[in-house]
Amino acid sequence: MTPDSLPRIPLGEWAERFVDWITGAWSGFFEVVTMILQDCYGALETVLTAPPWWVILLVLVALAFWSKGWKLALGTLIGLAVIAMLEQWENAMATLALVIVAAVISLIVAIPLGIWAAKSSRVSSVVRPVLDFMQTMPAFVYLLPAVLLLSVGPVPGIFATIIFSIAPGVRMTELGIRQVDGEVVEAGQAFGATPGRILRQIQLPLALPTIMAGVNQVIMLTLSMVVIAGLVGADGLGKDVVASLGTLDVALGVEAGLSVVILAMILDRITGGFGARKRRRRAAEPTAAGPAVQAAGATAAAA
Amino acid sequence: MASRASTTTERSRSGRARSGTATEPIVSVKNVYKIFGPRPQEALKRIRSGAERSQVSRYGTAAVIDASFDVYPGEIFVVMGLSGSGKSTLIRTLNGLWDATAGSVKVGGVDLAEADKRQLREVRAKRVSMVFQHFALLPHRSNLENAAYPLEIQGVDKAERQRKARQALELVGLKDWVDHYPSELSGGMQQRVGLARALAADTDVLLMDEAFSALDPMIRREMQDQLIDLQQQLGKTIVFITHDLNEAMRIGDRIAIMRNGEIVQIGTAEEILSRPATEYVTKFVADVDKSKVISAGTVARPVRGAIPSTTGPTRARVTMAQEHLSAVYVLDRARHLLGYVIDEEVVAADARGAMTLDGLIHTDAYAVTADTVLSEVLAPSASSRLPLAVVDDDGVMVGVIPRAVLLSSMVPSEAPRTGPIHLPTGPITLPNAEQLEDAARRAGSATDEQEGTSK
Repeated sequence: MTPDSLPRIPLGEWAERFVDWITGAWSGFFEVVTMILQDCYGALETVLTAPPWWVILLVLVALAFWSKGWKLALGTLIGLAVIAMLEQWENAMATLALVIVAAVISLIVAIPLGIWAAKSSRVSSVVRPVLDFMQTMPAFVYLLPAVLLLSVGPVPGIFATIIFSIAPGVRMTELGIRQVDGEVVEAGQAFGATPGRILRQIQLPLALPTIMAGVNQVIMLTLSMVVIAGLVGADGLGKDVVASLGTLDVALGVEAGLSVVILAMILDRITGGFGARKRRRRAAEPTAAGPAVQAAGATAAAA
Repeated sequence: MASRASTTTERSRSGRARSGTATEPIVSVKNVYKIFGPRPQEALKRIRSGAERSQVSRYGTAAVIDASFDVYPGEIFVVMGLSGSGKSTLIRTLNGLWDATAGSVKVGGVDLAEADKRQLREVRAKRVSMVFQHFALLPHRSNLENAAYPLEIQGVDKAERQRKARQALELVGLKDWVDHYPSELSGGMQQRVGLARALAADTDVLLMDEAFSALDPMIRREMQDQLIDLQQQLGKTIVFITHDLNEAMRIGDRIAIMRNGEIVQIGTAEEILSRPATEYVTKFVADVDKSKVISAGTVARPVRGAIPSTTGPTRARVTMAQEHLSAVYVLDRARHLLGYVIDEEVVAADARGAMTLDGLIHTDAYAVTADTVLSEVLAPSASSRLPLAVVDDDGVMVGVIPRAVLLSSMVPSEAPRTGPIHLPTGPITLPNAEQLEDAARRAGSATDEQEGTSK
């Protein structure tokens, strides 16, 4: 018996029919989605490209400084200068706009979903395989229906990017909340806190470093998708990479590709820096605490 | 600083007074079961009809089986058991973190099984607070904000809750650490914040789940003392969970010993030591330093050879001869201990023809109260030429402790010792100079205490 003798599953046909049906029945909905995404992207791109390029550069350098300090600020300055000198500045800004829109929408969906999955094992067991599917399905595959539904341009690119990048946001949020010390949550309950208060005041703050690691991952995945978004006509660095592929233009390919790498590193370090930042830095030195600890112990013993 | 001698005495006195009067229990647990697993009701049915815990493991894990006890206001009630005995589950049924599979838990008159979620939160906020083994502080909040957290939940306004939190932190000796963060504190200090948080909630009942188990032995002792002091100061009712029998004996007014989900014995430390209910308890307590728990009253023997102060030297001499004693205690009409007389002096006085004991009574006799623990009886007993006198609170002589009785009462009843039951729970810390000094001071004040009680 060969595999050929088994009946064929017409999965592809079903999928095609499903997409056809959606395209027809939900066209109004997708027009609205397209419009909203288009507007968000357009507005953000304008914000990033309207002011002189050095203003944006300084803003990014300042962000880097705030996140991690002067070393990262210096690195950011050099990296962005290289992008500018490669004449990829405008493309980089278009890509940045796309990344920001996709990442923000991704997180708006991912974080609540992650919280829900952390609270309910049933939700978690449903969400997990769906995330696996979204993350491992070759991205080109949902680029097709995205183009059919949303036409060409940045919007299908954003859409595909969101689907591709949403998984770590959900996973890390769920993980972060599940990892919160059960005793601390119990303490909240034991003092009569409502579940909402426990989420806001205990679980989310304590899960924050893990959630921030998820945010970082979402942004990185988003950036890795921009080249693919270039395939369906999204502006930016991806478009140049795709163009260089079509014309075998090594020079353009390297320049655009390198710009993607630089942008990725800057975004990774800045978001990573925010995630790892201590929530509070205290002035007290451990050496100063030493004798005081004993003193407090002595007072307590004497009480 | 209050010495242990006085604390023990006061506490057992109040314990006795309480059991005499009919006070309403503040926590009342009746036939409580808690079974985890797929089919708790089935497991419950089978256990109730006599099945063993291991026989129902298919249906669920019976963590607590038929637990019943009452805790009275102002009492420190200790639930003691090894890990897996169900004690942590049991304490969590007292504030509804777990709902009991069967049975009733009443806290301050509220039946937790009948309370809805909102009422349950109300009970937790206003009646029962909790201290956790690993402190469970919020790392992103300062110590003040941590201590104020229960009040924040209760909706107390900021100024008021900070004032109360500050008070609570002062009470536990962390006045100077109010604005610091938990991560800057040592384990013992963090647990003080945990304690302050529970105190700030101002509930009548305090649940303490292995609260001192994660601390170094030295710090643990300090915390135990502080807890006892705070309890006396504030009159809280405390339910304390521990796996450490010595800790249980040290702080508990009454102790419930749990094994495999069941309470095998409830009683005072003394009752458990002197009348263990089962083989298990006997083995368990074999290792306890009994001299720190058993009181003088328990081992005292009837008074023999005491003479009234109205008798003369002749009668004293005869009594001594009859009882083969070289000295006898002298009591007044109401049997108050006055002192003792010594044979050679009595004989000499008799020969002189003296008619009274005037001038013969030595008043430097050591006497201990019936509540004094044996470890504190040792020193006076060693330096006394008479069996040690035991008096009640009014100075009435109630018995004597011959040295041989004292020594034999401290030997473990089980002949071959089975070795320590408790594994060390943490690194052994050597006391620093300050702590040694403190210990010396403590020993000094304990001696003062005894001299104070001697007549």
